Amino acid sequence: MSKRKNEDMNVRNTATKEYGKKVTVRVQKVKKSHIKQKLVFFTVLAVCLVILAVFSDHLCPYDPYAQDLSSALQAPSLAHPMGTDTYGRDMLSRVISGARASIFSTFILVAVISIFGTIVGVGCGYYGGIMDSVMMRISDVCLAFPGLVFAMAIAAILGGGIQNAIIALAVISWPKYSRIARSQTLALKNEPYIHAAILSGDSSLQIMLRHVFPNMLGPVLVTAMLDIGTMMMELAGLSFLGLGAQIPMAEWGSMMSSGRSMIQTYPWVVLSPGIAIFVSVVIFNLLGDTVRDYLDPKNREAF
Amino acid sequence: MRKYVIKRILQLIPILFAITFLSYGMMRIAGSDVVTQKMENTGGVVSEETLDAAREQLGLDKPFLTQYFVWLGKLLRGNMGNSYVSGFPVFDTFVSKLPATLLLTVTSILLTIVISIPLGILSAVKQNTVVDYLIRLCSFIGNSLPNFFVSLLLMYFLAIRLRIFPVIAKDVSLKSVAIPAITLAIAMSAKYLRQVRATVLDELSKDYVAGAKARGVKFSVTLWKSIMKAALVTIITLLMLSVGNLLGGTAIVESIFMWDGVGKMAVDAISMRDYPIIQAYVMWMAIIYVLVNLLTDLSYRFLDPRIRLGGVKQ
Repeated sequence: MSKRKNEDMNVRNTATKEYGKKVTVRVQKVKKSHIKQKLVFFTVLAVCLVILAVFSDHLCPYDPYAQDLSSALQAPSLAHPMGTDTYGRDMLSRVISGARASIFSTFILVAVISIFGTIVGVGCGYYGGIMDSVMMRISDVCLAFPGLVFAMAIAAILGGGIQNAIIALAVISWPKYSRIARSQTLALKNEPYIHAAILSGDSSLQIMLRHVFPNMLGPVLVTAMLDIGTMMMELAGLSFLGLGAQIPMAEWGSMMSSGRSMIQTYPWVVLSPGIAIFVSVVIFNLLGDTVRDYLDPKNREAF
Repeated sequence: MRKYVIKRILQLIPILFAITFLSYGMMRIAGSDVVTQKMENTGGVVSEETLDAAREQLGLDKPFLTQYFVWLGKLLRGNMGNSYVSGFPVFDTFVSKLPATLLLTVTSILLTIVISIPLGILSAVKQNTVVDYLIRLCSFIGNSLPNFFVSLLLMYFLAIRLRIFPVIAKDVSLKSVAIPAITLAIAMSAKYLRQVRATVLDELSKDYVAGAKARGVKFSVTLWKSIMKAALVTIITLLMLSVGNLLGGTAIVESIFMWDGVGKMAVDAISMRDYPIIQAYVMWMAIIYVLVNLLTDLSYRFLDPRIRLGGVKQ
């Protein structure tokens, strides 16, 4: 519906940009190497975060679940750089250990929705017909369904837990990808090389795998990269409401939720996980923006 | 035009049908029903006969499909039933929660417009200057902060430290709506700023701007008369989508601030398994979604006559 108008507008925007292309070719060449540097830099930062998540067990200075009531709610010090929480657990260890829960679940979520959405979108766009209309109506329903309420309903059915939060968010976010893939496929379907492939006797599956999917990689990758930050915040939000990670699991959203009443007296209990979320979202957003600029310089935008 | 509007409203029917069915089905799979839930809450031991009687009274002993169609029939006659928990009519409960959500929606949207449009234009006009970088930095930070973190920070600084606003909303007033509205406005403004900037930049690079300059038209005239008009299409799309989301109530922000709106009602209803309320809420969301989409498309037509409604097929 409104999505289609958006696409129309995009086409128009690109057209006007093509128009000024001659002037900007040289500028773009200079910028490309600059973007490459940025890309390397942010990739390194993101990889550092992932390494932190993978080796969190070995990097924690203390056991993130070991309670020590005698040292509860200590202010940040050399022994505990981020202080301790109500049960005397070391905040730094909990934040590091929370990186695993937050980053891995976000990666799984984004991978699932982008792969599933793309397959559905390509299939719908390629075959068209009844399946196409039915899938698009289903995606309308998924889009109309309020995300958080759906997640809560899922939590009510399956019980809380981070897997269920992932399922809930996946159900409401895949249509975005299927719409991108579908509109791209519709545009590709009339390309001469697709017709040539059909004439030379390739099966539909072969055509989709060999000619359609590779063209989908760019836009889907960019959307997925930009989605990581958003999804990380949404997952943390669900955990904050008690619908994602369950206590005592170290997860940033639920850590903030359990510390929120102490923001006045012991601010570090809330601030440390909050800043951890903020920093990782910033890194993944910057990486996503750079990937977009790198793959699609025509569509460059602020930051 | 009229035909198009009617067609779009007719499209609402299958979507509503699917959504109500889905939510009905989901709640059924959930297992424990409202009767068990209620009895567990009272804490006493209740005989199976009493439970069955209560189920019969609520119509929960009938097969799922029968229940669904009975509910649908009642709905068509304008009866949404009573809340299982409070016993009050669903419609009245729902209407009583609306003003709070409406106030939050209106204030946060107004704040967003006031922040994002002038700053977005400023950032585009002063492209690649310190002002631009500063505005873009703020927008980037706003985009990367989860709203529950923002609300906690605002609560800490504005309510606890500076004591300007109440920590938790006691009533539906401008003073208590301030922090929740600012929280929502920060996230939305950050998003809109980028869009406004990109659109204005795009317009600035067009030939008519150079033409107007060559003819000696003042830049401010070009900006407000031509560029703004073009930018409005983008802004209105975004605003409409946000209004839709906000009218559905923002569960996180509403429950952090104890803001007694539709979103909090849905959260409470789900934890209590109060089906009639959940149904009403889901219907409300679906209607908003379709209406918002329709209004957006109509406003396109109004702002940019080149866009044909329901016309071009891909």
